[in-house]
Amino acid sequence: MSVLLLLIPVSLLLAGTFVALCVASIRSGQFDDLESPRWRVLFDGNPQGKQTQGKKETGK
Amino acid sequence: MIRIKYDDKITRWFLLATLVWGVIGMSAGLYLALELANWKFNLGIKYINFGRLRPFHTNAVIFAFGGNAIFCGVYYSTQRLLKTRLFSDALSWIHFWGWQAVILLGGIGFLCGSTQGKEYAELEWSLDIVLALVWVVFAVNFFGTVAKRRERHLYVALWFYMGTIITIAVLHIVNGLAIPVSLTKSYPLYAGVQDALVQWWYGHNAVGFFLTTPFLGLMYYFVPKAAERPVYSYRLSVMHFWALVFLYIWAGPHHLHYTALPDWAQNLGMVFSVMLLAPSWGGMLNGLLTLRGAWHKLRTDPILKFFAASITFYGMATFEGPLMAIKSVNALSHYTDWTIGHVHSGAIGWVGLLVFGMIYWLVPRLWRTPLHSQALANAHFWTALVGILFYVVSMWIAGITEGLMWKEFTSEGVLAYPNFTEIVTKLIPLYYLRAVGGSLYLGGLFVMVYNVFRTIRAAPKPVDEEAMVAEIAHNAPEPAMARYWHAVLEGRPFALGILTAIVIAIGGIVEMVPTFLIEANVPTLTAVKPYTPLELEGRDVYVREGCYNCHSQMVRPFRDEVARYGDYSKPGEFVYDHPFQWGSKRTGPDLHRVGGKYNNLWHLRHLDDPRLTSPGSIMPSYRFLLDEKLDLSLLKEKMKVMRKLGVPYTDAEAKDCVTLARAQAKGIGDDLAKEGIAGMENMEVVALIAYLQRLGTDIKWRDKLNAPAPIPEAPLAQPAPVTLNGGMK
Repeated sequence: MSVLLLLIPVSLLLAGTFVALCVASIRSGQFDDLESPRWRVLFDGNPQGKQTQGKKETGK
Repeated sequence: MIRIKYDDKITRWFLLATLVWGVIGMSAGLYLALELANWKFNLGIKYINFGRLRPFHTNAVIFAFGGNAIFCGVYYSTQRLLKTRLFSDALSWIHFWGWQAVILLGGIGFLCGSTQGKEYAELEWSLDIVLALVWVVFAVNFFGTVAKRRERHLYVALWFYMGTIITIAVLHIVNGLAIPVSLTKSYPLYAGVQDALVQWWYGHNAVGFFLTTPFLGLMYYFVPKAAERPVYSYRLSVMHFWALVFLYIWAGPHHLHYTALPDWAQNLGMVFSVMLLAPSWGGMLNGLLTLRGAWHKLRTDPILKFFAASITFYGMATFEGPLMAIKSVNALSHYTDWTIGHVHSGAIGWVGLLVFGMIYWLVPRLWRTPLHSQALANAHFWTALVGILFYVVSMWIAGITEGLMWKEFTSEGVLAYPNFTEIVTKLIPLYYLRAVGGSLYLGGLFVMVYNVFRTIRAAPKPVDEEAMVAEIAHNAPEPAMARYWHAVLEGRPFALGILTAIVIAIGGIVEMVPTFLIEANVPTLTAVKPYTPLELEGRDVYVREGCYNCHSQMVRPFRDEVARYGDYSKPGEFVYDHPFQWGSKRTGPDLHRVGGKYNNLWHLRHLDDPRLTSPGSIMPSYRFLLDEKLDLSLLKEKMKVMRKLGVPYTDAEAKDCVTLARAQAKGIGDDLAKEGIAGMENMEVVALIAYLQRLGTDIKWRDKLNAPAPIPEAPLAQPAPVTLNGGMK
């Protein structure tokens, strides 16, 4: 089972990386605003708006 | 405000590749279902025998269909979420063609028998390296895009993509370490219990980070888009991500319950698997509740139907998974078709339906043309849904049936169904039912391909979508760290960071692994000796033919398994197994204690036509092993590699390996000749028989256990085949 000497550090490193990333992203303010991000994704900044989908939507 | 163009050509190509590979991979799946329902579908062609075709199917659907769908959705959504074109067009295309090339070559390799013999990691070392490089290209392209973004905030979908990229790189490299014998053959660095642990650490996280996190990222982008509603709770989605990626990495050992893996590792895997239920269901509810207020649209909109059903299957599979990871449930479910049903409810329910919904949403936008037919899309949905239900329900019933029948004892205390094939034949109707489900699902896919084809044919010349975006104000305050890295690394901190991480990981692993594995004192049983040169060759035939796809080599310490197969497997018995061949499914019986159970002639007849010795068997014929000459040209190199891996062959054994192999082959050939079948000593079948006869015989369990006489699987008076001119001893 000596492979655990490899697997446990690699797993800890990976899990630790994610914890560190989580803390870093919280500190940098990524998650300060939990309201506007969910709305922003709906707007692509596309001048043609929904029309890129073709003419069907308006015709229906 | 500036005007930019998104790279939509690359997403269109990845979308089309998804469809092509979907058809190929799922057709192979349906064919496998038919092979199980009736062995005659193997057609006597070795290239499409079940053991070779199954890795082709799993790799084609996971890495080709799933992979291309991920890249399509990731490249489309990342550009829009970050308000920038992809980092490099050149890298995008290297990524595209590199990925297709690896899968195509790998798939052909599997059919020709080139495999590492580890599930979902069958690619040989040469292609493994190319795959790793293509993944690095993807990583650089993705993180380069993140670095030049015009949107400071990273939407939750992007976090899921990042988690995927980082973790898959680590898993692939750690599990893929091997020493090459030739371009198309290698032996993994780890052996036995160690190899099993690494493999299922990889295997489970391949499910977690290739079939779950990227698709959750896609869910968090495409479901709000299609529903035109924001995600139900952004806070929940963030918690979903961080909890999921933290917990997933520990759950692998639940694939090894009651095996020779130490108990504490099994328990660790079980506990983390059960904990995974919380973030999984949090995410599932978050996805479904995003549709609140849009439920009425499900009546007419096929896209939302696909998404709602997909998320529901995510919830079902992530409930079933932790349940099956509980040891007492696993005791019944492991090695049965229940597992097959479980992965398919995740793969064709969750992943497949999500991809279909995404494609129906993307095609009209990428080709700027309304979808050819909404009615056909709706028809596709219902066909696929009914298909999944047929599939999953038939596998539930089959799995529980066989699990219970294996374990059943009579009131006299003997196995109620000692004949394994008797149990197998009970499952045949369910295998047909599964094939019906698969046909419906595949039929639905063909309807989609037709629909997309008609849509594209009606489309104008496709162009890249344009967008008006604002530059990030450069005088806005930035975190100190970011400013530092921006200055030093010219605005590409992530790209360089990930590259460095991968390089460091490779270097570290290459140094660490030999230190830990080769020089470490692996606990050995003194009775356990390395395979003889001929047995080694036979083992390679076993791996090449993919026998592990249907046969386990791991007798669990249960009363029924000890009664059926022999003494339970000990960790020390596998120390020379590069790779381990414990398997994960018992379509046929366990083979770990098969050595010495039957005579050589029995094995020869069984491989020639399994129904001669085991009436009702669904195993394909391996007659070609009786016709093909045993090729020992690589044996010297194989022995050399094995010695590098720490297998204690003596200098004499390594030098005279070919002579030794020929001598042992002659012994078996002579034994067969005595029974009236001459001329076998130079054929491949002799090597395989040598290996099978060796299995599980290093420890003298038969004397110790005072085992009952082997149970004949066929009446002794079975008439001999004309071709073999022999009979049972």
